[in-house]
Amino acid sequence: MAASANGQGYRVIGTRPVRHDGVDKVTGRAKYGADYSFPGMLYGKVLRSPYAHANIKSIKIDKAAALPGVKAVVTAGDLPALADKMEQAGEMAINMSQLSANILARGKVLYDGHAVAAVAATSPHIADEALRLIEVDYEVLPPVMSVEDAMKPGAAILLPGLRNKDEGPDQQTNVATHLQFKRGDISEGFKGADHVVEREFKTAMVHQGYIEPHNAVGIYNSDGHATIYCSTQGSFVVRSLSAAVLAIPEGNIKVVPAEIGGGFGGKTTIYLEPLSVLLSRKTGHPVKLTMTRAEVLRASGPTSGSTIRCKMGCTKDGKLVAAQIWMAYEAGGFPGSPVGAGAMTIVAPYNIPHLLVDAYDVVVNRPKTAAYRAPGASNAAMASETVIDELADKCGLDPCDFRIMNGAKEGTPQTAGPPYRRIGFIETVEAIKNSPHYKSKLEGRNRGRGVASGFWFNVGLQSSAMVNIHTDGTASLVIGSVDIGGTRAAQAMIAAEVLGLDANDVRPFVADTDSIGHTDVTGGSRTAFATGWATYEAAQDAVRQLKERAARLWEKKPEEVAFSNGQFTAQGDGVKPMTVKELAGRLARTGGPISGRATVNARGVGPAFATALIDVEVDPQTGKVEILRATVAQDVGKAIHPSYVEGQMQGGTAQGIGWALNEEYFYDDKGILRNSGLLDYRMPTCLDLPLIETCIVEVPTPGHPLGIRGVGEVSIVPPPAAVANAIANAVGVRMTELPMSPPRLLKAMLNKRGGAEAQAAAAGR
Amino acid sequence: MAKKVVVEATINGEQTEFLCEPRQSLLEALRDVLELTGSKEGCLTGDCGACTVIVDGRPLCSCLMLSVEAQGKTIQTIEGLAQPEGLHVLQQKFLEHASLQCGICTPGFLMSAKALLDHNPKPTEGEIRYALAGNLCRCTGYDKIVRAVADAAQTLASGTRKGSAGRLGSGPSASEQTEQFLQEQEVK
Repeated sequence: MAASANGQGYRVIGTRPVRHDGVDKVTGRAKYGADYSFPGMLYGKVLRSPYAHANIKSIKIDKAAALPGVKAVVTAGDLPALADKMEQAGEMAINMSQLSANILARGKVLYDGHAVAAVAATSPHIADEALRLIEVDYEVLPPVMSVEDAMKPGAAILLPGLRNKDEGPDQQTNVATHLQFKRGDISEGFKGADHVVEREFKTAMVHQGYIEPHNAVGIYNSDGHATIYCSTQGSFVVRSLSAAVLAIPEGNIKVVPAEIGGGFGGKTTIYLEPLSVLLSRKTGHPVKLTMTRAEVLRASGPTSGSTIRCKMGCTKDGKLVAAQIWMAYEAGGFPGSPVGAGAMTIVAPYNIPHLLVDAYDVVVNRPKTAAYRAPGASNAAMASETVIDELADKCGLDPCDFRIMNGAKEGTPQTAGPPYRRIGFIETVEAIKNSPHYKSKLEGRNRGRGVASGFWFNVGLQSSAMVNIHTDGTASLVIGSVDIGGTRAAQAMIAAEVLGLDANDVRPFVADTDSIGHTDVTGGSRTAFATGWATYEAAQDAVRQLKERAARLWEKKPEEVAFSNGQFTAQGDGVKPMTVKELAGRLARTGGPISGRATVNARGVGPAFATALIDVEVDPQTGKVEILRATVAQDVGKAIHPSYVEGQMQGGTAQGIGWALNEEYFYDDKGILRNSGLLDYRMPTCLDLPLIETCIVEVPTPGHPLGIRGVGEVSIVPPPAAVANAIANAVGVRMTELPMSPPRLLKAMLNKRGGAEAQAAAAGR
Repeated sequence: MAKKVVVEATINGEQTEFLCEPRQSLLEALRDVLELTGSKEGCLTGDCGACTVIVDGRPLCSCLMLSVEAQGKTIQTIEGLAQPEGLHVLQQKFLEHASLQCGICTPGFLMSAKALLDHNPKPTEGEIRYALAGNLCRCTGYDKIVRAVADAAQTLASGTRKGSAGRLGSGPSASEQTEQFLQEQEVK
């Protein structure tokens, strides 16, 4: 074997080289989607609904089309009508007619900001002016903003054709799906409980908050072929979904993935991409569209707000016996919330014999939700991990010990049934328990400490990779996975490890959809795992071919050639060991160029666990929470580039803290988003956070050649609950709503003080 | 539509003339007229800092300034930060500390950090965080950005350029050094 597949003695893996795309990104040279321009390019803009829920009676475009500089105006009538049909796209199954109606509303708008028409003009300002000249006649309908309202009998119906199995084929409904997961006997289970905690939680809709707005440049050629330049997590997803929405052959579209300015799941679907092609086809010019920040917040896909009722019981010595959960997630205007994932993650870190989970996917007049880092798991963990904290408290147990005692390990059944293979949950709790942070003493008034854990599945899916050996002995690595957070470096390091080269000797390149085999989205924490697997195999394929060449030079059989420590060797006289660099210069004379190739449909993904420890100080006058210290432990399987692994852990923790304390979609009673800017949609700044300490735990994924687990998502799951538990520890208030913003926390503290004063007054009397 | 206007400004050390519409922001002129696309648009409301440039020595959001207001001004953008002899020490430290993930906020952070160090060569962690609070990063949690700026300040202060970018295993020692530096600064 070239690289040590047994996990011993890596030369490149585990080091911290500078990323290959780094210089471009610190000099402003890296090209993101909005940075592309082409001769004759037009600028597109999208007209959006000012109502949360309305029928479109008519759209008049004549005045807009007549404005000088306007080259095209399109509405849903310019897109083909598609049948109601589910198609698999990466992590998700998608209904194509609904996807199309989200690109341009067809007959009905379902949320504030829903796209209604699009314009292409010679400047973005003229396109903006043209939008104001489009006349839309709306019949305004009552908005349905919460899952409770949407599930009430007699609620206004968003999608007339929507049905579910519970209510039957004759009943219109806003409930798209009801899922149930069952284990044991729930009522028997609670009979064995000495302590039971039951609470209802509400969590607000939140946005991924990537700094780069959505963008696309479409170029349609008269031969029916189109090219799309865009910032996306999945160029192949953009290709297949855009082709479906436009009803043109998939092979006629080439998607060139630009650099991407953050995604976190939100760039795994399409918004502007088919519009750029549609407008280009209509005008004969390249067309660029970019969203404003307000458009991003109003009309791209945030993640669901939710209502979760969580009841859990344990014995007096702390053994969990039963959990019953009811959860309803906001899907947005079309079905597809991550409630199924929420249901399967909510108690996934624990071994609980009796379990009943009911989960509802509910349409409401909010933007169609998209994936957001461990979709559905953070709100779920806010419920379960705070209830667990209360149970541990009732038992008088340390919260880490309670989790270790009940923690899932190899063989524990997962919520959906099959048992876990080797996992590292308990190891993450132990890492926190042994951390300097946990061993430190937290002193001072209104200060508290909280622990919480989280689970995420991770996914495998399909990836392709190609390793080309250059004549100077360096290599290029061609992959289809776009790089959101340093994955080029990790992939190059894997290839370098196998080939016995330095990390800098392998140049990674993210190719367009015509230049590399199918590769699913950069999402689901799959890139290091699955694309890394393809890269590993492609590099092994190159090594196999190099051995054949060495054999030819030495007049040996290929199986007589060994490759280790970066050198090809064989037994016998006249054999002088050669490195890849030495052999590379002789390829032309031994059979020609070498390209190693591999494709994978990666199975056996290793699920990820994280545990967070957070100290807070609560201002008793205002309810403002300051994060004093934060530590996160995560099982990563094997850290390829530890700096970027830490970065994922720190970034997820920061997003989770924002979710915990500040971030929420605020709609008025008409269903209009009132905080569609980054001043009022308040994400954490540099001043809101401390340094974030990390404990990398490495429990290898069985079956993967390098033991990698995905690292991108799970760190966002524990923080909301960890902060809630820290607040409870600080001021004795159990928060059940997200975000735990100053007004909410202050109200809870005042209620508690009021209750205490009332009790004292009653006792005094 | 009002007629286009000629604006003269010094951009990255070059005397520059460009044509712009009166309604165009400086950011739009930089990106669409001068093809300096390193400054990024994240919000157009001055909240994210991705478009930060330095105008007459002060960092500001180029989305909040009209391009005609650039007349006679001296403007530094991310494209002018590196010199022919190499990267600016801040750029180097951002690479060594893995201070960027997606990289879209990086040009804005670098310009804000440069403006900070130009005025305050020995900032505390608190001063660094205050100076960078107008720049949003959604990927990193700011940890590695703060460390890189602190390390850059230390490197500039010691007058040596211990740039070890590109070499393997350079990360841990860099962060350890920074940790120590941050602790020392906090003690002061």
